[in-house]
Amino acid sequence: MQTWSLVSICVLLGVVVRWGVSLNSYSGAGKPPMFGDYEAQRHWQEVTSNLPLQEWYFNTTDNDLNYWGLDYPPLTAYHSWICAYVAKIINPDWVELHKSRGYESLTHKLFMRTTVLVADLLIYIPAVVFYCLYLTDGSSKKKVSTLLCFLLYPGLILIDYGHFQYNGVSLGFALWGVLALGLGWDVSGSMAFSLALNYKQMELYHALPFFCYLLGKCIKAGPMGRGLFLLVRIAATVLATFALCWLPFLSDPSQALQVVRRIFPVARGLFEDKVANTWCSLNTLIKIRSIMSGDSQLYLSLACTLLAVLPSCFRLLTKPTFWHFKLALVNSSLAFFLFSYQVHEKSILLAALPVCLLLNDLPLIAIWFLQASTFSMLPLFLKDGLLVPYVVTSLAFLFFSLYLLSALDHCSEDELRMGAYNKLLVFLPKLDLACIVRWKFYVSVAVMAVLSIVSVALVPPPHLPDLFPVLVSTTAFLHFFGTFVYFNVVQFSEPPSRKSQKKSN
Amino acid sequence: MAAPVDSGYWFPALALGVSFLKCLFINAYHSTDFEVHRNWLAITHSLPVSRWYHENTSEWTLDYPPLFAWFEFGLSHVAQHFDRNMLQVENLNYASPSTVLFQRLSVIFTDVVFIYAARECCRCVQEQKGPRDVLSRPSFVLAVLLLWNFGLLIVDHIHFQYNGFLFGVLLLSVAKHLQSQHLQGALLFAVLLNLKHIYLYVAPAYGIYLLRSYCFSQDNKDGSIRWASFSPLRLLALGSIVVSVCALSFGPFVAMGQLPQVLSRLFPFKRGLCHAYWAPNIWALYNILDKGLAVLGVRLKLLDEAGLPRASMTGGLVQEFQHSVLPSVSPSVTLVCTLLSILPAVASIWLRPRGARGFLRCLLLCALGSFMFGWHVHEKAILIAILPLSILAVESREDAGIFLVLTTTGHYSLFPLLFTPAEFPIKVSLMLMFTVFSFTALRKLHSGQGSLLRPLEVIYLLGLVVVAIACEVVFPLSPWQQKLPFLPLLATSVYCSAGICYSFLRLYVSLLRRDDKPKQL
Repeated sequence: MQTWSLVSICVLLGVVVRWGVSLNSYSGAGKPPMFGDYEAQRHWQEVTSNLPLQEWYFNTTDNDLNYWGLDYPPLTAYHSWICAYVAKIINPDWVELHKSRGYESLTHKLFMRTTVLVADLLIYIPAVVFYCLYLTDGSSKKKVSTLLCFLLYPGLILIDYGHFQYNGVSLGFALWGVLALGLGWDVSGSMAFSLALNYKQMELYHALPFFCYLLGKCIKAGPMGRGLFLLVRIAATVLATFALCWLPFLSDPSQALQVVRRIFPVARGLFEDKVANTWCSLNTLIKIRSIMSGDSQLYLSLACTLLAVLPSCFRLLTKPTFWHFKLALVNSSLAFFLFSYQVHEKSILLAALPVCLLLNDLPLIAIWFLQASTFSMLPLFLKDGLLVPYVVTSLAFLFFSLYLLSALDHCSEDELRMGAYNKLLVFLPKLDLACIVRWKFYVSVAVMAVLSIVSVALVPPPHLPDLFPVLVSTTAFLHFFGTFVYFNVVQFSEPPSRKSQKKSN
Repeated sequence: MAAPVDSGYWFPALALGVSFLKCLFINAYHSTDFEVHRNWLAITHSLPVSRWYHENTSEWTLDYPPLFAWFEFGLSHVAQHFDRNMLQVENLNYASPSTVLFQRLSVIFTDVVFIYAARECCRCVQEQKGPRDVLSRPSFVLAVLLLWNFGLLIVDHIHFQYNGFLFGVLLLSVAKHLQSQHLQGALLFAVLLNLKHIYLYVAPAYGIYLLRSYCFSQDNKDGSIRWASFSPLRLLALGSIVVSVCALSFGPFVAMGQLPQVLSRLFPFKRGLCHAYWAPNIWALYNILDKGLAVLGVRLKLLDEAGLPRASMTGGLVQEFQHSVLPSVSPSVTLVCTLLSILPAVASIWLRPRGARGFLRCLLLCALGSFMFGWHVHEKAILIAILPLSILAVESREDAGIFLVLTTTGHYSLFPLLFTPAEFPIKVSLMLMFTVFSFTALRKLHSGQGSLLRPLEVIYLLGLVVVAIACEVVFPLSPWQQKLPFLPLLATSVYCSAGICYSFLRLYVSLLRRDDKPKQL
């Protein structure tokens, strides 16, 4: 069969699965007074369509910032404005100022879900298709298998189509950036990434690798002459893109400052809820929030994050190849997730995207991590009533990715890039690392399954109401930390030689 | 590296994949058939057997044969662990989340029968020689065509019915015949008839085939029947199987003296010629011809508008359709037409049996013939032809061409089943997925033998796209939406009936042409 037909079948299957998930409930459905992210997105449509642009980010009589105030960069606001424009044509009640608060109806849900699907079809899905077709190795069947697994990653589907958010847009732009860099179009790549940054500030998790890769490339091309020229062009593109996005807010410095203040709320604390990062997991042992002041918490997390990001970025700067770029994206986003300030559980999607890029190279580890990342959001899914789609999509992803990428057959030490460990662990007797990894994988999947069942079926003891969410987040944290260490080691070991790559194809 | 799908596990993977997909539709729209089956669960669970076919609290009375009632009885024992309230007859239109979950899961789990049957069918197809890529192996293509069938997915898992289970029994029986295990095949078909009597449509093919090719063990050299080879023992075995299954199913009701009551429930002739939405068959063409003549007559002043039956068309959704110019059609007329339409096919396998594949072709013609001419046919009945035709399509190029026309039109004619906007993306994507696969896979399978479709067929199928866009996208936005709400349904059924009539004729031609072949040799 031709590749085009396989690709279109995969894309259509991806659409069916997305829409199947979207038939389920969303965050905060029927839960006044605050509802959830669904209402937040609707409220932004209400605000952007009814108020002048100067008031979007300010607390005014018509714009109560305490009720889901806009806290994303301008592109999100523009997107809301476009959606609101369509909404107004269909039914003006959906975005009427003040009166539409907490508006819920089946038709409105259908409209909101459609906006997500349209954005995905325009931005995220084409980027995934092109990435898998042009930037992965192997036969066309292997490429299509990777494409299918990439498209069916449950975490993103459940958050965007179940919980309700537009992560596909920012991740899609970032992916376009990666795609362009992979094809050698550095200028358009940096533009795409700037758009991603202007859609969600969380894309900063990916910013350092982009910066280091491009800088490293410029240096390699000669700091004077061609390299400098490239650097200037990239810088100009980024500045121009930013200026274009922020244009309406630049007329008045107070406007721009207010937007920045809204985007980076430092006053909200080290972490909220249960999130699988270092601070929340440490909290079970040491109550950091009560022994340190707010400011020192901020500096501590900043220092830790920088320390964690530094090695991989430095390595990328000296070796600006696409392979190192992909690894650095994983390492940097994981470092940010694990150590930075005010992390949400959904931010793991930012680490999941670069891991998806490695599905073809390191199938077992990638699948393992992606499964753990979906699992880490379990408490959120349970709150939103997404149990059935969570179970179905997770099992389907686990089974099909292991089967299609034959992950369990391809995990020799060489293919897992674990050569470096033997050098690191010289003092230990020689172990069959591949076998250990496989067993760890089985045990970890079993633990995730048991914890999922327990969280659903059992009532926690009364004196420990948060027992299961804490167990889930701690387990997920261990996985993330392990993956972080693993990918750093891979980045510092020798890149895969052409020969071994040929063999594995 | 060997591609992963080259390992032998592709069949479980396909089956598991489609089962996961079905689970995603649990919260999708379901039709009144959901309530029908819930009511039957309640009837069989809470009432004694003697009341099953008398109960009429709900308008959805039990109108399937007794074995299906026992099937519901069995399900109800699992259902009580989900939600006891769904098992009360008075709880009309009860659809709590756990009821929905149970009913959906019951369809998904009973589909295991269908999956097993598909596996057996895949074992029967002739594999071409030489190493081939798994994606273009006939058994793989057949597995996808059966397991991922678009019509079955939306009818069972969104609209809600138990067709997967029933078709599983039918396909299993066909597979047994292909494997020359005729007694098992006959047993399965007898069971199937007692599960859902719509399969009576294909009973003539079974009866004649078994009589001719099983009870007569030898043929003359020219292929004609050798009367001396008749084996009474075989006939007795067949007869006792069929009679004992029917006795098991209907016996208790005969003993209670309820047979007339049961039969009156099974065969309600009070319904109209066509279903609310006309199934794409001859009668749809007949109706539209009648309407066309009436309009023409009024325009030309040959007919008096006041004399015509009122509202014959504005109620395009009304069940009783009164013809204004052409004679009205009675159930007996449709019966005669149906019998006449299947007669040549049945006669052909009697006169010149061509093994199990000839039987399969005859079964298809019976299914399509009764679909074309039957009384009050549902559009869903087209699946009885589409699924068995998949087996022939992977084996011969000509059948593949017929399959593509019939399947694409037949599946499109199922679109009006899902009219809710929320399910629109699902039905479009699933249909496209299945169509893209069937076109490319069958073309690859029969590559090197010329194109599968004739130019006219390609134009017809492209016209289907135009009709689809006009009906699903343009029409709802146009001003006619208020005045002529039935127009899309009308256009769909008339356009599709042309394609299905055409496939019916081509299938007939293919059967009769094969008749000639032995003479030429």
